[in-house]
Amino acid sequence: MIEAREVTKRFDGTDVIEDISVKFEQGITNLIIGQSGSGKTVLMKCLVGLHEVDDGAVYFEDTNFTQMRRHQRKSLRKQMGMLFQGGALFDSLNVEQNVRFPLDLYWNSSYKEKLERVNFCLEKVDLAGVNDKMPGELSGGMVKRVAIARAIALNPKFLFCDEPTSGLDPKTAKRIDKLIYDLTSEFNMTTIMNSHDMNSVLEIGYNIAFIYRGKLWWTGTKEEILESDNEELNDFIYTNEMIKRFKNK
Amino acid sequence: MRFITYLGQYLQYMAEVLRKPDKGKMFRKQVFMEMDHIGLNSFGIVFIISIFMGAVLAIQTAAQTDNPLYPGYLIGFAVRESTILEFSPTIVSLILAGKVGSRIASEVGTMRVTEQIDALEIMGVNSANYLVGPKIIAASIVNPALIIVSIFLSLVGGWGSTYIADVVAPNEFLSGLQMWFVPYEIFYALIKTVVFAIIITSVSGFQGYIIKGGALDVGKASTKAVVYSSILIILFNLLLTKLLLV
Repeated sequence: MIEAREVTKRFDGTDVIEDISVKFEQGITNLIIGQSGSGKTVLMKCLVGLHEVDDGAVYFEDTNFTQMRRHQRKSLRKQMGMLFQGGALFDSLNVEQNVRFPLDLYWNSSYKEKLERVNFCLEKVDLAGVNDKMPGELSGGMVKRVAIARAIALNPKFLFCDEPTSGLDPKTAKRIDKLIYDLTSEFNMTTIMNSHDMNSVLEIGYNIAFIYRGKLWWTGTKEEILESDNEELNDFIYTNEMIKRFKNK
Repeated sequence: MRFITYLGQYLQYMAEVLRKPDKGKMFRKQVFMEMDHIGLNSFGIVFIISIFMGAVLAIQTAAQTDNPLYPGYLIGFAVRESTILEFSPTIVSLILAGKVGSRIASEVGTMRVTEQIDALEIMGVNSANYLVGPKIIAASIVNPALIIVSIFLSLVGGWGSTYIADVVAPNEFLSGLQMWFVPYEIFYALIKTVVFAIIITSVSGFQGYIIKGGALDVGKASTKAVVYSSILIILFNLLLTKLLLV
């Protein structure tokens, strides 16, 4: 479980996210949704420590992550995996080296054992046999799947996904969503995913936090979101006027 | 005020760069890879520049001392001194600031804008140390070796020009090269080179590391890396010359 307690982050004196308190549960896919510029990515970066929070704290289970020093955080970092919007694969390394990177960092085992783990992770994302390919040779969907393989290489307890389906066609996006959902269930991870894709929300949104203008505006499940009468949330969900009128009837 | 903020950012970044590496084995591997990128990949340009630099230097010195009262060996002596004291360490370092500096800034900058640096940080890697530390060490080892080669090639170029341009008898030039040699001058040249190598790699890495934005900013960072490195090389050249030679 990950918990944000009254988290505020400012840039140049302006609150980008303000007083956000939210819990993300283990074993399910937790979604942070909101319009572009609403503060989703900033909140996620605060959760993983890429941004230091100005007020409040982030807890990983019972550990106050915010108060930890860099070297103390390292032990927790081993338990984190993150999938970035563009994949963020290392350009100079091939697929195998990319997935092996966290293993080289934290495992003291032989190359053979690491390779077994790499191949296991690549099989999980349905990419067996692409070990020697460079990131530039992969399609957008494959890049995301290799990035997922790298994120799960250390068998993390916490998985963060920053808009994993952006820039993908609906079919590939659905495949990525399903993959994240399946891995979350199989490895009982606490998964937090940023998205503004309603397909993802309705597919795997088991715990949803809606951020509006830097504030937590609504929380609920994918079933509850369709029944909500929150005006800003409905504006976000029903962008099409015709559907909005249909819902209002 | 802006300069002080900038300097503070640079010092904070250097404090991260100079920390103990997270994983020694991975760091060492990066150092060897960077030695290849920085050193071997720069050999071609150093070769060409040094040969022609020595040749031009010999011809120009001969043109300035076209007087029967000046012995011919002085041309060889002047070429050797200019090459060791200034031309090889400074000019070649300025060339490397352009070639290596822009590559480092664009490499690190691209990693920043494509979130690869964030990916390293999430894994618990000190990204500044992992990305820039090996470049500083590699350049501090490889650049002095390149400068030694450059000095040799420049003298060969000067000697070669005595045949082509017929400015002085080759034997006289060679005896001038061997006259009044002070080994300390080589030490001085190497010290300068190491300082310049640290400037090129750390400043260029910093320009890439602090990028905010996209591809356009990567281009701007590359340009800034070359300009700032070159200015600092010239400033430190003066400072080190005053400290070490006078």
